[in-house]
Amino acid sequence: MGFLNRIVSETQIRLGQRLWLYIIAIVILIFLVAPSFIVVPMSFSGSQYLEFPPTNWSIRWYAHYFDSPVWMAATWTSIKVAVLTIFVATPIGTMAAYGMLNSSTKLTRLLFVVMISPIMIPLILVAIGVFYFYVKVKMVNSILGLVLAHSLIAMPLVLIIVMSALNNYDMNQEKVARSLGATRLQAFFQITLPQIRFSIVSSALIAFLTSFDEVIIALFISGGPNSTITRSMFLSLRDQIDPTIASISTILIVISSGLLIAVQTFGKRKDSD
Amino acid sequence: MTAIVGNEINIKSLRQQERKERLVMIGLTIPYLLIVILLIIVPIGWLFGTSFVDQDGSFTFKHYIRLIESKAYYRIFITTFEISIFTTLICILIGYPLTYFISQLPRRFANLCMIAVLIPFWTSLLVRTYAWLVLLQRKGLLNNFGIELGLLSEPLPLMHNMTGTLIGMVHIMLPFLILPLYANMRAIDNDYLKAASSMGANQLRAFWTIFFPLSVPGLLAGSLIVFVICLGFYVTPAVLGGGKVIMVSMKIQSNIELFFSWGAASALGVVLLVLTIAILYIASKFVSLDQMSSRG
Repeated sequence: MGFLNRIVSETQIRLGQRLWLYIIAIVILIFLVAPSFIVVPMSFSGSQYLEFPPTNWSIRWYAHYFDSPVWMAATWTSIKVAVLTIFVATPIGTMAAYGMLNSSTKLTRLLFVVMISPIMIPLILVAIGVFYFYVKVKMVNSILGLVLAHSLIAMPLVLIIVMSALNNYDMNQEKVARSLGATRLQAFFQITLPQIRFSIVSSALIAFLTSFDEVIIALFISGGPNSTITRSMFLSLRDQIDPTIASISTILIVISSGLLIAVQTFGKRKDSD
Repeated sequence: MTAIVGNEINIKSLRQQERKERLVMIGLTIPYLLIVILLIIVPIGWLFGTSFVDQDGSFTFKHYIRLIESKAYYRIFITTFEISIFTTLICILIGYPLTYFISQLPRRFANLCMIAVLIPFWTSLLVRTYAWLVLLQRKGLLNNFGIELGLLSEPLPLMHNMTGTLIGMVHIMLPFLILPLYANMRAIDNDYLKAASSMGANQLRAFWTIFFPLSVPGLLAGSLIVFVICLGFYVTPAVLGGGKVIMVSMKIQSNIELFFSWGAASALGVVLLVLTIAILYIASKFVSLDQMSSRG
């Protein structure tokens, strides 16, 4: 058992003394990761019921999902809304981040709190608030309504990401460009934007995911032909355990892991290169 | 003489330009603010107003009085606090050792472990809730394994109750605790610990007198985030609680969708909002707001 005497920390703690911590940590890590991965094999089960490990394999639940016009319509709604959310939340959030960083008045501190309020207050309140407003202006069950509401909760994330990118960026470069005759707009698009583009791309991906995964607001303001996929999933989850959900979940896991990898690799590249 | 006048004109036009510039910069935030005002400020203001209005339009405290007097509402608030407190405590209990473990690993391995923390963070809330539904059912994975291994003689009721709700909530909240705590622990200089042990403190003492106090701000930030998100949580208790665990957010939803009683819902909403803001305000004394912002 010589390996137990190996020193594992800078303060000379031996592996034997730390073993309990290793075991606890590994158990918790499994607790964190396992649920997401258990759904994947289950989605390929051939039986009516969810079983693990599946006794026979098939793709019938995927077929069921892709053949169902209701699920397909919901999927398209979600994709449409999420893509449009990118195009609303990213430019508006980036503009605001730029404006905030270039105007340092006492007001900006307060403005910042107001701006991130959509993600600080409970989502259920955002949902009923938006629902109330949409009832008044007759925007319930509309794509535009969903896009605006999802942009509302995606914009603060864009704001935070782009502001931190701009914080690490030397604004004087724009001044140089302008002193050489560029307009403010030219300076931004030709000097600043290329240097913060990775952060903007990550924030756009996060905006997509925020919209795509959102449940509660959609529960209130979407419906009929404009139901989102998460809304349909939630409603069928409450009623019965349909194995089709396992196949949809697997697809969602693939999408979000793909986006996570994309964000990580974009984030890794330093913006100021 | 003319030079001075020219200078004054210069200053004037510079100042004018500066003012214009500031206006443009504030102008850039207008579309953002417009959306927030229309979809957050106005509806919340209206919600606040509605909570004081009776059906016939007169001013009333009755919605709030009902919150205090009704046994049912009392139960809901107790449940909400119970779940939020237990979830936060369990998250601290299992999140702290894990984060400590990760923070002591070499960077490469630590990053690998952090991916394990980030995977559930990024996986759709519904997918994770669904996974727990599958795992915790009467004939689910955990019960089947328990029976096969001979640990259980009959399936345990793991869901449609408090247990299931707590398991699901802890799983969803854990990354929110780990992320700020990890950033905090990584920033602690290991030389302090080395100094402590070189002066004769044993490992336990070095940990409790040096490391733990230095990690408290991160722990506090993480716990407050978890607690606040729990207070307003909806999806997981609605699915895993199976209608037996009713939290404030669920009552707000049913008041509106089933009973169309905006008055009762708005009073509940105002209470939830005030609680949240109060906790966030306290939290902002310890950590910066953008560090706390996260999706829930």
